[in-house]
Amino acid sequence: MLRSSQPLTGPNRRRCREDEELLGTVLGQGQQRGFIIDTRSAQAAKQARMSGGGTEPKSSYPQWRRLHRPLERGRPLQESFIKLVEACNDPSITMDRWLSRLESSRWLSHVKAALSTSCLAAQCMDREEGSVLVHGAEGTDTTLLVTALAQLILDPSCRTLGGFQGLLEREWIEAGHPFHLRCARSAYSHARLKQEAPLFLLFLDCVWQLSRQFPFSLEFGERLLLTLFDNAYASAYGTFLCNNEKERCLCKVKESTHSLWAWLNQPGEKKKYLNPLYSPNTLVIWPSVEPQSIQLWQGLFFRWIRTSQYLDEAWAEIQRLAKST
Amino acid sequence: VENVQLLDRLSSRKAALGTLYLTATHVIFVENGSETRKETWVLHSQISSIEKQATTASGCPLVIRCKNFQVIQLVIPQERDCHDIYISLIRLARPVKYEELYCFSFNLKLDKEEREQGWKLVDLNEEYNRMGIPNNYWQISDVNRDYGVCDSYPTELYVPKSVTAHIIVGSSKFRSRRRFPALSYYCKCNNASICRSSQPLSGFSARCLEDEQMLQAIRKANPGSDFLYVVDTRPKLNAMANRAAGKGYENEDNYSNIKFQFIGIENIHVMRNSLQKMLEVCDLKSPSMSDFLWGLENSGWLKHIKAIMDAGIFIAKAVAEEGVSVLVHCSDGWDRTAQVCSVASLLLDPYYRTMKGFMVLIEKDWVSFGHKFNHRYGNLDGDPKEISPVIDQFIECVWQLMEQFPCAFEFNERFLIHIQHHVYSCQFGNFLCNSQKERRELKIRERTYSLWAHMWKSRADYLNPLYRSDHSQTQGTMHTQIAPFNFLYKFWSGMYNRFEKGLHPRQSVTDYLMAVKEETQQLEEELEVLQERLANLQKSHLNGNKVKSKQQDQSKQLGLSTSNNSLANTPQEYSNDLKSFPSRSPSQGDEEDSALILTQDNLKSSDLDLSANSDQESGVEDLSCRSSSAGGCLPSEDSGKDSDEAVFLAV
Repeated sequence: MLRSSQPLTGPNRRRCREDEELLGTVLGQGQQRGFIIDTRSAQAAKQARMSGGGTEPKSSYPQWRRLHRPLERGRPLQESFIKLVEACNDPSITMDRWLSRLESSRWLSHVKAALSTSCLAAQCMDREEGSVLVHGAEGTDTTLLVTALAQLILDPSCRTLGGFQGLLEREWIEAGHPFHLRCARSAYSHARLKQEAPLFLLFLDCVWQLSRQFPFSLEFGERLLLTLFDNAYASAYGTFLCNNEKERCLCKVKESTHSLWAWLNQPGEKKKYLNPLYSPNTLVIWPSVEPQSIQLWQGLFFRWIRTSQYLDEAWAEIQRLAKST
Repeated sequence: VENVQLLDRLSSRKAALGTLYLTATHVIFVENGSETRKETWVLHSQISSIEKQATTASGCPLVIRCKNFQVIQLVIPQERDCHDIYISLIRLARPVKYEELYCFSFNLKLDKEEREQGWKLVDLNEEYNRMGIPNNYWQISDVNRDYGVCDSYPTELYVPKSVTAHIIVGSSKFRSRRRFPALSYYCKCNNASICRSSQPLSGFSARCLEDEQMLQAIRKANPGSDFLYVVDTRPKLNAMANRAAGKGYENEDNYSNIKFQFIGIENIHVMRNSLQKMLEVCDLKSPSMSDFLWGLENSGWLKHIKAIMDAGIFIAKAVAEEGVSVLVHCSDGWDRTAQVCSVASLLLDPYYRTMKGFMVLIEKDWVSFGHKFNHRYGNLDGDPKEISPVIDQFIECVWQLMEQFPCAFEFNERFLIHIQHHVYSCQFGNFLCNSQKERRELKIRERTYSLWAHMWKSRADYLNPLYRSDHSQTQGTMHTQIAPFNFLYKFWSGMYNRFEKGLHPRQSVTDYLMAVKEETQQLEEELEVLQERLANLQKSHLNGNKVKSKQQDQSKQLGLSTSNNSLANTPQEYSNDLKSFPSRSPSQGDEEDSALILTQDNLKSSDLDLSANSDQESGVEDLSCRSSSAGGCLPSEDSGKDSDEAVFLAV
């Protein structure tokens, strides 16, 4: 699986030999074809040509099949998040309006779309045995969402606590997701920042959906996901600072801050994040993306609204039982 | 009929070919050729509707919809056969006489005594004794011993000590269907009680001395409170409309010291339509999130569930926190009243959250108090306007509570699903007829078996591994302050999409934890045995005796390896619905999966009691794809323009 940003085809349909060669060699070892998953709609991708971007033309990349799976990003995604949080916090909504409020935020539709696209990417690799190139426009948002989720689906090593941290480092932090811009003020702020968008939260929500559908297959639990969410927005650690490696170097992040992973991995801390039901599953985990299978992440969205006492007690009981083996 | 196709409900590409059989009690589809001889059995009683669709090139489609939400799609090759099957099923699914029902031919091969014992498992007298009755305030009355006062009530009822037969009879004449106020639940810690009845025949101004005396007696049976709540579970408008028909509700002016309260739960017709709408949403082929949420809201189903729950919470609070007794009624006192009283009892008393207690609760508030099982669930062919998912709603309330309080119930989701199944299956005699009187006339106890005894035998399958009787969640009243929140009510896909394997988590946490518990228990028992033996050895060593060493049996493999790891699940069709590339390679892998599932499956989790061979749950049915989930959020591609897509998708 590869990721990139959009090719700069432009209105004149420019070509680039090196780019074509690169993708050609990827398919080198007797593979028939590859798949390009473009996270923009065909329309949007075409329009991007006007401003210098575009898509890979079939003629120049003959062995690659291009699939468009539009995923929401940017301002609309932030609005979706804000609407959802507003709905969750609104005590005046009666039962006969709740679901439509939930629906009008479209958050769950975004979760469904993200999971579907990631599954598609995974399917291309696992079932069709083709290489996959994922990109949107910049390659820093929906691209990373897809590649990270696809790896969780495909690769059991990403589902261990250590493996997941590695996945985050690789596919989000080093890959240059602009955390500083994206995770700025969150849902309550009135400042509607242009660059703010909850892609990382969307990713965590999708991971939570996976953990619900495959309760034995992830070595970590909800608590880790909530901690990551918190730290992406505000943290005592330097892990999610800045927007990319270059900035982190310039700011000397490694020299002047502590790593979140170092803290999480201490034995005393670590055990809080482990899933007591974990049992290594070497197979690919294919989630159901039917609406009935996708649920609202109550642990996050109702975290401060309702007590989690009874669910916590249930987890304590599960822990107790699992330990007794 | 041979060469019938059984379609996968959502992926029309996947059809199984086999033979269809119709017996006196079941429809059976047997798949051709598979070594596993996969069979699908459906009880006639479960059939809710049969639809013949337009003939296509491949044959005549027939859709069977069941009361337990299973949907079977068949394609019959010959139109004539299809028609015959259709006509037969219509007749078979609408029995006219009780004797046609499965319970009269179903044979568990128990002897007469065992059968009788089975019926005695749940004893209501014992239950009232457990509550602390009879006592200074409450007595048992046999005024209805020949069903002379009220034919839908049981022969034994509990009323306040001060109430005479005269008062009961007088009150019964003032109540719809003669269903006078009687005790449902008594709280011995504070003497508050829940009583139930039907609506008074008060019209606009009628009064009845005995009925007023009855309510006064109920109030006085609780010395800790100076008033009585009267809860009418209907919407105010409906109740007022009833007044024009000479019925209505209690006037606070006429009854001393009552506080009257409407809690608007809609009637059986609204509920029937609500369920219908929700099932239509479930029927959608790969809906978008939008379609689903809108459809669900439009059905109003969860709103109704919440209304029932809220009513139960109100009553439970009145009893537990205020120490005030409550009289509950609706119109006839056998639908909403039953729902609300049983929810309230469950919230108040942890006993009803145990398996046995729950069986008792259903016997008490549903069976003995004359809930019209026959009319509501269509044991026999009857008026379609009487059909309504009343007990289904109650069962769902319990499930919603289980989701919020995972440690509080001794039983699990499967227990609830199986009970619902048997409400419609008519395989056992518990849920037949409309009243105790009818059941006695038909000699149900002598001629059929009790579901409770049958389920009790398999109770290990129904246990909740997180339940501990000493847990804080299982003590006392359930603290439902959080319950009024809307978002806590979830769509119960385990019930309404029960037969769609692809939708549910592949790995059952419940089953795994139960296995863990069992193994731990076995190990502890072994430890005990070993310790005993050690003690004996030490003793006999002293005595110089030889001790034979016994062969220890290895603890059984309980599948602790979350054997489901080997359940390779297969992907859905994640791509565009109309033309997708094959999402299942016809590889060996998939067949292996099926075989694995069959052999090491927790078959215990399957509904083995549905009928002899039904394997709906056994997982033999393949885990395969459902049709695409592409849904509404992805605009349909204009594949004509995008040459890449067209070529690709043609593969």
